[in-house]
Amino acid sequence: MHLLLAPVRWLMHLIGVPLGWVQRTFGMGGMAAVFLAPNLLVFSVFIVFPIGVNVWYSFTGGAALFPAGRVFVGTEQYDLLLACDSYLDPFSCRQDRFWKGVHNTAFFVVAQVAAMVAAALITALVLNREIRGRGFWRAVFFFPVLLSPVVVGLMWKWILLRDGALNALLVSLGYQRIEFLTDPQWAMFWVIFVSVWAHLGFYALILLAGLQAIPHDVYEAAKMDGTPAMRVFWRITLPLLWPTMLVVLVLASIRAVQVFDDAYVLTGGGPGTATFFIVQYIYETGFAGAARNLGLAAAASMLMALVLVVLTLAQLGITAWRDRQEGKR
Amino acid sequence: MKQFMTAAAVTLTAATFATGAWAQAKTDVRIMWYSDGVEGQVIRELAGRFNQANPDINIVIDEIAFPALVQTLPVQLASGQGPDIARVVDLPGLAPHFLDLRPLVKDPAYWDANFGAFLPVMRPAGSNAITGYMTQVTVTGPFINKTLFEQAKVPLPGPKATWDEWAAAVKKVADATKTPIPLAIDRSGHRVAGPMISYGAKWFGADGRPAVTDEGFRKMAKRLVDWHNDGTMSKSLWGSVSGRTYRGANEEFNNGQVVMYMSGSWQIGQFATQIKDAFDWVAVPTPCGDVTCSPMPGGAGLVAIKYTKNPQQVARVMDYLASEPVLREFYERTLFLPAHKGIAEKGLNFRTDVQHVKDALSTFAAQVPTISPDAFRINSYPLQTQVFGAVITRLGQAVAGELPLEQAYARIDEDIANALKEAGR
Amino acid sequence: MTGIAESGGVLRFLTRRRNEGRIHWTDVATWMWLISGLILMFGPVIWLGLSSLKTRAALTEFPPTLLPLATKEVRVEGFANPLPLFVVKLEDGTERELAQVRRVGIRARMVDPADPTKTFDVPIEARTAVREVSPAWENYTEPLQRFAFVRFFGNSLFVTIVATIITLIVNSMAAFALAKYQFRGRGAIMAFIVSTLMIPLSVILIPLFMVINGLGLFNSLWGVILPTVATPTGVFLLRQYMLTIPDEMLEAARMDKASEWQIYWRIILPLTAPALAVLAIFSVMWRWNDFLWPLIVLSRQELFTLQIGLSSFAGELNVQWHYVLAMTFVTMLPVVFVFGLLQRFITTGIAGTGMK
Repeated sequence: MHLLLAPVRWLMHLIGVPLGWVQRTFGMGGMAAVFLAPNLLVFSVFIVFPIGVNVWYSFTGGAALFPAGRVFVGTEQYDLLLACDSYLDPFSCRQDRFWKGVHNTAFFVVAQVAAMVAAALITALVLNREIRGRGFWRAVFFFPVLLSPVVVGLMWKWILLRDGALNALLVSLGYQRIEFLTDPQWAMFWVIFVSVWAHLGFYALILLAGLQAIPHDVYEAAKMDGTPAMRVFWRITLPLLWPTMLVVLVLASIRAVQVFDDAYVLTGGGPGTATFFIVQYIYETGFAGAARNLGLAAAASMLMALVLVVLTLAQLGITAWRDRQEGKR
Repeated sequence: MKQFMTAAAVTLTAATFATGAWAQAKTDVRIMWYSDGVEGQVIRELAGRFNQANPDINIVIDEIAFPALVQTLPVQLASGQGPDIARVVDLPGLAPHFLDLRPLVKDPAYWDANFGAFLPVMRPAGSNAITGYMTQVTVTGPFINKTLFEQAKVPLPGPKATWDEWAAAVKKVADATKTPIPLAIDRSGHRVAGPMISYGAKWFGADGRPAVTDEGFRKMAKRLVDWHNDGTMSKSLWGSVSGRTYRGANEEFNNGQVVMYMSGSWQIGQFATQIKDAFDWVAVPTPCGDVTCSPMPGGAGLVAIKYTKNPQQVARVMDYLASEPVLREFYERTLFLPAHKGIAEKGLNFRTDVQHVKDALSTFAAQVPTISPDAFRINSYPLQTQVFGAVITRLGQAVAGELPLEQAYARIDEDIANALKEAGR
Repeated sequence: MTGIAESGGVLRFLTRRRNEGRIHWTDVATWMWLISGLILMFGPVIWLGLSSLKTRAALTEFPPTLLPLATKEVRVEGFANPLPLFVVKLEDGTERELAQVRRVGIRARMVDPADPTKTFDVPIEARTAVREVSPAWENYTEPLQRFAFVRFFGNSLFVTIVATIITLIVNSMAAFALAKYQFRGRGAIMAFIVSTLMIPLSVILIPLFMVINGLGLFNSLWGVILPTVATPTGVFLLRQYMLTIPDEMLEAARMDKASEWQIYWRIILPLTAPALAVLAIFSVMWRWNDFLWPLIVLSRQELFTLQIGLSSFAGELNVQWHYVLAMTFVTMLPVVFVFGLLQRFITTGIAGTGMK
C-alpha cells in the first residue's frame, strides 16, 4: 500500500509546486479560484453552455437541429404550451399531452413520495432494531438502487406482462388474469410501486442515519415508564426524526418530478396517457425519432425547471434552517 | 559519417514512404447497421469476403439497436458526422444527407435498371441521384393461425373477403377455441394505413398537403375502436403504451394466442424459427375495404452518406454489396423480399426447408402489384413520420377510451398542422 | 454529529437486547417485513436470470415454467432426426409416451419409440410434451462470441474508472473551496451548481453534441467522460460532508506552514473518505449504466461501451428477447459483483454521510 501511494504522493508534490507560487502571489482568494477552476470549467462548457442554448431553443422554431438554422419566434412556443381553457382539464389545452403529463406527474409526486417515505421509514425502523445480520439486510434493501433504470423497467415489465410471471401466479392460484399494464389504475400503481422498489434503499439508509442519531437515553427513559411501542414511535421517534424526514421528502420529490426512464420502459406512458409524464413529453417532442420539435420541447423543459427550482429552494431553505437548529443545540 | 547519414536518410524516407503507403492502403468503410433477425450476421460474412478479396479496403459493420440509430444518426448527420454507409428506414427524411453515387459507381445503368423503382424514395426531391439500394422491401399483410380455424371448424374467408368478414370469422374462431386475442394489428400508423386506403383514405388533399382524416380514414378508425370495444382486438397492444411507440404481437402470435395478426413480410423468418411445428401459420391476402385491398409497402435502404472522406471506396463497397450474386445470397439467407428487379424476375431460392415460409413469401410477393398508388405516395412523403405519429398517438388514446373519436380526428389534424408549420419555417 | 462520532453510540445501542427472551409483536412484524423484502428485492432479479436461460420459443409460453425446460427428444429407429416425445392420452383412456413423427392440422402422427412399427393418429389436444431441464446457454455464448465483448468491456471499464477518478478529484477540490473558504459569490455559485440538477439531461443532448463535435471529441472515449465529471450532486454531497470537519484542524496545519494544496490532499481528502467512497460508488454506477450519451458520441464499434454493444438486439420490427434478457443480466453482473465486495462500506458510508 505504501509503495502504491508513493507515486500519488510524488504527483501531489509536483502539483503543489506551482500552486505554492499561486498561493504566495495571489493569497487565499487565488487558491479558492484554483480549487474551483477545473470544476467550473467543465461545468460551464458541458452543462451551462448547453443549457443556455436550450433557453435559446425555447424561443425558436423550425426543423433545424442546431441553433444557426433556427428561426426566432418569440414566446410562441410558450404560448402554445400555456394555451388552455382550463388548466384543470388537460383536454381543453392545445397541447393536451403536455398538461396530461403535468397532471400525471403531480399525482405521481404526491403518491410516490408518500409511499416512498412510508416504506423507507418502516424499513429504517426495522433495520434499526437488534436483528441478526444487519449488514446483510441493509444490503438487501439497498441493492436495487444500483441497477440502471432500463434494467429495472425491463425486469418488472417481464413480470407484469399479460403472459408474465405474476399473471401465471394468479392463474395458478385460481384467479383471473389481470392486464396490469393495460388498466390505467393498475399501470399507475405499478409505476409507483416499481420506482419505490428501486429507490427505497437509498432513503431508508438516510433515515437510518437519522434514527441512529437520536440519543438512546430518551428511549431508556420511555422504557422505564413502560410506554407502549407505538406511543414511543409517535411521541419520541417521529418528532426527533422530523428534520431528516424533511430532507428525504424534498430529495424524493425532486426525483419524482423527473420520473421517466424506468416508467418509460415499463409502461411506455400508457395505457392511453395514463402514465405519461412531463419528461416523456419533452423527450418525445424533442428527441425521440424523426419528428423533432426542439423549440416546444425546450420551452416545456424550461417550465419544468421552474417548478423544480422552487422545490430545490425549499430544500436549501430547510437545510439552512436545520443547520441553524443544530447550531443552537 | 556523411555516408551513414545519407543511408539513414534514405532508409528513413523509404520507411516513411512505406508506412505512408501502407496507411493509405487500408481504408475503413464504416456501415452503421441494425438487425431485426439474422441479417447482421449475413452482412458481416459478405463484408468479410470483400475484405479478403480487397486488401486495401476494410469494411467495418457498426451494429446498434434500431431505436438508438433513429435517435443518434440524424444528430450526427446534421453536424456533418456519421458513418460512410448506413441502413436507414426514414429514407425520404434523411435524403439530403445521402451521397450521389451516380458518378462513382461502375455501371449506373445497372443501378437504374434494377433499383429504379425505389430510387425516387431515397433521394432529395428533384434529383436523379443514385444513393443506395433497398436491403429489403416489406409488404404489410395478415398472418393467421390456421390450426385454430381447423379446430373451430370455421372456413377461411376467400381472397377478396373484407375486413368485416375477417373480423367476424376470427371472432368466431376465438370464441370456439377460447383464444384470448381474435385479431391483432401492430401498433403502428404504417400498419393501419393500408386498411385505411382500402376504405378510401387519400391522405392528401387536392393542394398536395396532408389531409388525413377524410371519410375513408374515419371508416377504418371507427372499426378499430369498435373492434377494441367488442373484444375483437385486445387493448394490450394499442391501449398499453403511449405516443407513437411501436408494439407488435409476435410473442402472442407465436404462443398461439392470436387468431389473425396483421403485420408484414418481415415476420416470416422469425415465425419460422420460433413457432416451429406448434401450429400452421399462413399468410393470407390483404383483406379489402369498400374501395380496394391495398397493403402498404415499406422497407429499409442501405445508403451512402455525403460526409464520407472516401467516396471512391464507398462506391466500390456499394457496387459489391449491390451486385447480383451478393444481393441474391443476402435475400435468400435473410428471407427478405428482394428489391432488385433482376433477382425478383428470375426468382429466388430462399434457404429454408419450412414449407410455411415459402408459401408465405409467395403470398406476400403476390401482394406487391395490388399496392395502391396512394400507399406509395404516403410512404414516400418526407414528413411521413410526423403524420403516422399523430395518427397512432391519437387513435391510441381513442382506443384507451380517453378521447372520443371526433376529438381524436381534430387532434390529428392539429398535430399535423403544427408539424408542418415547424417544418416550413 | 458526524458519521464517525456516531458509530460508537450505535455499537453500544446495538449490543443491548430489547426485552430479553420474550417475543414482542414488533419482532414478528420486523421479520415479516425483512422476509418479504428479501423476496421482493431479489425475486425479480432471479426471475430475470432464469428467464435468460430459456429458448426463444420457451420465453413466449404461458404459463411460464420456473426452470428453463425443453421438449425431450428421442432417437427412433428408421427416422433420421430425433423426434419430440409426448405423453398421449389414447382413446381407450390409457396414457403412453410416444414420439411425434409429424403434425398435420389438428391431428398428430405418433410412433412408439420402443416399437417403431406401431403408429398412432391422435388429436393434438391429447398430447402433452415431455420436458426436461435444459438451460439455453447459447443466449449468452452466441452474442458474446459474435461481438468484441472484451473490447466493449475494456471500454466500459476505462470510461468508468477514469471518469470516477476525475469526478472525485474535480468535485472534491470545488467542494473544498466552497466549504472552507470565505469569498464573495460563494452562495451564488453553490445555488447555481445545485440548480442545474433541475434540467433533465435529455434536454441538453443536442447542444452538448455540438460542443463535443466542436472540440473534436466525437468518436473519442474522452467525449463520453468529460461532460460527466462535474456533477452537481457530487459537489453538494462532498461540501456538506466537509462542513463537518472542524476549521481548527486547518488552522493548526496553517500554523505549521502547510500550503493550501497540502491541506487539501493531506487533511481534507483523508477525512472525507466516507463521502468520497459514496460518490465513487454512485459515479461507478452512473458511468457503467450510461447509455444515451455514449451512443451519440460513439459510432464506431471498437469504441462501444458494453451498454451500447449489448443492446443491439432491438430491431425496428423485432426484439430478440432471448438475447436482450441474457445481455441485460451480463451488464448487471459487474455492478452486483462490485456491490457484493463493497457492500458493507457502501451502506455504512451512505448512512454515515446522512446527506446532512
